[in-house]
Amino acid sequence: MINTFAERTAHWRLGQVLQRQGALLALIALIVLGTMRYGERFATGYNLSSVAGDDAKYIFVALGMCFVIMTGGIDLSVGSVAALGGVVAIKFSDAGLVPAFAAALAAGAAVGLLNGILVARYKLAPFLVTLATLLMARGAALQLAGAKSAVASATSSFQGFANADLFGLPVAFWLALLLVVAGAIVLHYTSFGRTVLACGGNEDAAALMGLPVARTKLAVYLLSGSLAGLAGALLGSQTGSIDAAAGKGWELTAIAAVVVGGTLLTGGIGSVLGSLVGVLLLQLLFNLIVFENSRGGIQISSYWESVVRGAFLLAVVLLQVRLTRGDKAQSSA
Amino acid sequence: MPETTTAPSLAPPSTPTRRRTTSNGAALAQKYGAGALLVGLCVYNAVFTPNFLTAQTLLDVQLRQAAPVAIVALGMALVIAVAGIDLSVGSVMAIAGQVGALTLLSGAGPVAAIFAALLAAAVCGAFNGALIVRYSVQPIIATLILFVAGRGIAQMLTGGQLQGFSDPTFQFIGLGRFLGIPFPVVLMVVIGAVLWFVVRYTGYGRTLLATGGNESAARLSGIRVGRVKLVAYVTCSTLAGLVSLAVISITSASDANNVGLGIELDAIAAVAVSGTPLSGGRISVIGTVVGAVMLRLLQNTLIARGVSREVAQMVTGAVIVLALFLQRRTH
Amino acid sequence: MVEAPLLEMRAIHKSFAGVPALAGVDFHVAPGEIRALVGQNGAGKSTLIKVLTGVHRRDAGTVLFEGHEVDFTSTQAAQDAGVATIYQEVNLVPYRSVAENVCIGRAPRRFGLLDWKTINADAQNRLAELGVKVDVTRPLMEYPIATQQMTAIARALSFDARLVIMDEPTSSLAEAEVTVLLDAIRRLRDSGVAVVFVSHRLDELYAVCDSITVLRDGSTVADASIAELSKYELVSTMLGRSLTESERTGRHAGGIRATDAPTVLQATNLRRAPVLNGSTLDIKKGEIVGLAGLLGSGRSETARVLFGADKITDGEIRMSGTAVNFASPRDAIRARIGYCSEDRKADGLIPDLSVRENLTLALLPKLTRRGIVNRKRQTQIVDEFIGRLGIKLASPDQKIRELSGGNQQKVLLARWLCTKPDLLILDEPTRGIDVGAKQEIQSLVSDLADDGLSVLFISSELEEIITSCDRVMVLRDGQTVHELDGSAITEEAMLHAMAEGTSTIEPIDGGQLHA
Repeated sequence: MINTFAERTAHWRLGQVLQRQGALLALIALIVLGTMRYGERFATGYNLSSVAGDDAKYIFVALGMCFVIMTGGIDLSVGSVAALGGVVAIKFSDAGLVPAFAAALAAGAAVGLLNGILVARYKLAPFLVTLATLLMARGAALQLAGAKSAVASATSSFQGFANADLFGLPVAFWLALLLVVAGAIVLHYTSFGRTVLACGGNEDAAALMGLPVARTKLAVYLLSGSLAGLAGALLGSQTGSIDAAAGKGWELTAIAAVVVGGTLLTGGIGSVLGSLVGVLLLQLLFNLIVFENSRGGIQISSYWESVVRGAFLLAVVLLQVRLTRGDKAQSSA
Repeated sequence: MPETTTAPSLAPPSTPTRRRTTSNGAALAQKYGAGALLVGLCVYNAVFTPNFLTAQTLLDVQLRQAAPVAIVALGMALVIAVAGIDLSVGSVMAIAGQVGALTLLSGAGPVAAIFAALLAAAVCGAFNGALIVRYSVQPIIATLILFVAGRGIAQMLTGGQLQGFSDPTFQFIGLGRFLGIPFPVVLMVVIGAVLWFVVRYTGYGRTLLATGGNESAARLSGIRVGRVKLVAYVTCSTLAGLVSLAVISITSASDANNVGLGIELDAIAAVAVSGTPLSGGRISVIGTVVGAVMLRLLQNTLIARGVSREVAQMVTGAVIVLALFLQRRTH
Repeated sequence: MVEAPLLEMRAIHKSFAGVPALAGVDFHVAPGEIRALVGQNGAGKSTLIKVLTGVHRRDAGTVLFEGHEVDFTSTQAAQDAGVATIYQEVNLVPYRSVAENVCIGRAPRRFGLLDWKTINADAQNRLAELGVKVDVTRPLMEYPIATQQMTAIARALSFDARLVIMDEPTSSLAEAEVTVLLDAIRRLRDSGVAVVFVSHRLDELYAVCDSITVLRDGSTVADASIAELSKYELVSTMLGRSLTESERTGRHAGGIRATDAPTVLQATNLRRAPVLNGSTLDIKKGEIVGLAGLLGSGRSETARVLFGADKITDGEIRMSGTAVNFASPRDAIRARIGYCSEDRKADGLIPDLSVRENLTLALLPKLTRRGIVNRKRQTQIVDEFIGRLGIKLASPDQKIRELSGGNQQKVLLARWLCTKPDLLILDEPTRGIDVGAKQEIQSLVSDLADDGLSVLFISSELEEIITSCDRVMVLRDGQTVHELDGSAITEEAMLHAMAEGTSTIEPIDGGQLHA
């Protein structure tokens, strides 16, 4: 019995290593590949900077999604909430940078709170609840925008803030990095973070141990909504306007990134830093596809985006299923 | 003596023991809510909307618009009955639509196109079913894969181009009439009738409900639970494929980007609103159709009153939440 | 004993929906003692523990802990006061490290952030005190159940528990691990912590406990030091049998039944972790073989593997001489076996379907022609069995969950009877049924056996086994330990077998014993 045990342990560890470090290795490999193949145009400050700026908002969303998924839930409304946040920010852009972001945060938090209450207090299925709030938030966003797209006030400090340069990379990116570091610290070193993981790992046990399960679940949805709102504000600040299609598909990007980064879809195990790597990896992949296309070589259509995401998701899901099946058998020995 | 299982656990129950006595109000609302709302909407429109009660409005507009969602919702209801869910229906529609259009363009004729499209859809359903049955992946996650990748796959087939075609026979699916009734509506009625019959009178229908009601008991009674689920998922996807044929034949073009966009939400809403618990074991064929028709009428009514499309969608979202709420109270 | 008890529970009453679970239970634990708490299914031991630890509120009675009256309203409150529970399912967080699990809820901090260094060191020390040496930074699930339980114990101690309640701690452990656990429990006692050991494993109880309390039907029926109570006396008390037996006759009074009927089923040395450990039995055509044993002895597990619902890891099953290997219940049903499971709620009823559907569920393949269910035939069968079993209902089309427990059980019984099996496995078929209906079912089964049906009859009621069975196999700790035939089937013999594993009684006139 000791033997089969060591087997499973090694299996498990290998799986974990593959998941976490795998994404990082892939990221590094892609960067190297990109530099070798596309040379200067790829490795320039300009390209990296614009990629980083693009990534920033996805990192915000992925961070929130990571926490939600770690509790064993899911938040599909983030894309719509981002749109809502963006529209709200733009409406407030006249009043200045801080009020605009604050308003977006509030809008996102409101939706997040709704999600949190329905899931944590009334125990409705997160999937369906956030699917419904997805509809509601988008409706609200479109309603507020009124015309086809909302345009930010050109004179305020809001416009272009996110793109402003700071040590070669956009401010938005630095903010995202800061949040990620904060998130990682919270996850590892605060009881809130540990409770998040405990909820996803074994919610009944967590409750039995006296952990504040409902409160924690509420908090993660609140967090996710708030971050999504801020991400929308970032988008508005970067591009100056929010149109009807803003935020579409962001939830899938976030889920794919989080999962690729080593967080179990069923919750209980997760990595904030892994989610960061996941975003960078997937976005870099698409960046490379653009380069490949412009080289005129193989024509990889941009439709590959969703297929690639789906394939990644499939591979990771299967891997995760095998791993969780392994330990289920173990603990019921 | 209170019933206990073999090894009673000392740990407190994870969820507070639910009240078994249902609040009658909630139970009634669940069962008849959609129907009542439908009747109410009809009355309202009959009074306030000119020309509402004409055959043209009822058939050509309301029912025809509702038919695609209703059919997809019927497939969804099957899957929900076995305690599952299918998010991929929209993407499956995109794939089936492209396959159908391409087959037509290759000159193989409408019959071949229909067959190819349905086959493509069925394969998608088999993919979902395999993940769920063989690999024990949760239905939400398993069908999420095609949800994410399906549209891309569809677009890959044609490099993202809109596929326009012209084939009068094929057009019949979406635009034709049978005894004066738009063909999609006919399809809805026929499929509804067939499903109603299958659920009520065939062995499969009963094993479907048994599997969803208590999988362990079903397995111990010799039911091939895996096969039952697989068939449900394949049927769901195939129905989605059928709907896509109707949709693309209306415009005589297949647009992988937009066909079936958001239909999974509408379908789930229709099923939820019909009072069917999302935990499986029950199905209401008529209720699902009523739910789909009602939701569409609700949206149309709101839009006709000047409410923007977006807010109308918000209402759909709110309705889903309300239905979930009511379900919780009666189970 | 002049020492004041650590825990004293007096005259505890608790009812659920009008049905009493505890009817005036007294329970006390002295400081630093290991007390066993035993009782059969439904005796009330889990309810008693739940009342103590705050899961349920008692209806009446007093609870004194360390001399003060207490009324815990949550497990957290009980834990904070010094009463910790180690659950059967361990109930820790599997993905988190051992160290983290030990300290969840009271983790030490530095500057507001968790101090992992201290957490890890602390856990390492605590586990070492229990004799366990592992890498506490690895996820809990990487370790076997035994280590997980140790982690739970370390956790309980870290909350300064003075009383540790252990719920069936050894049921998933291998022998070597049991020894380690029992050692740890002794260490606990030596350091002044009292332990309540809830278990049905008699050997272990006798190996480590100081005293024992026996519950039956919601009351305390015995409270003694372990030295004063023999295993036989214990088992008798648990099952409510007096020591002096009046005569009870088997199904065929006097003498053994002729054994020239062919063997329908032969199961040899069935094994499957964690319970089955060498279960053996055989059944002849037209014979009713009883399977007796205490809770956890492997009766239902044997039934399940015979029916193909679980797979054996060792052993052999033969039907009419041919070796079989059922991949699923479907195969077993095709081999003309039926299985009426023990837990009708979990494994039997399809709650939203009608009585008619539930009754004919296993027969469905035979009732459908070209996919469509033959309603007429279905109704015929349903009516027939409603009559035969006396099922009381408003209409066969009403939902089965509206029926009473007893009638539900009859429907499930009918489910298998209508498939006309060659072998019928009945697991507690008369549980929750009134006396009149019980006898109806027993005589029905007897008649069917006379017509050639072979039956494996699992029951916790010895009386029922005596009156219904031709032969009895007694299981203990997953093994067949004894076989009784004809008029040798007595409560005394069965109790002895369950208690000691062998029969040490003198052969009774006319009976024969198989050692």
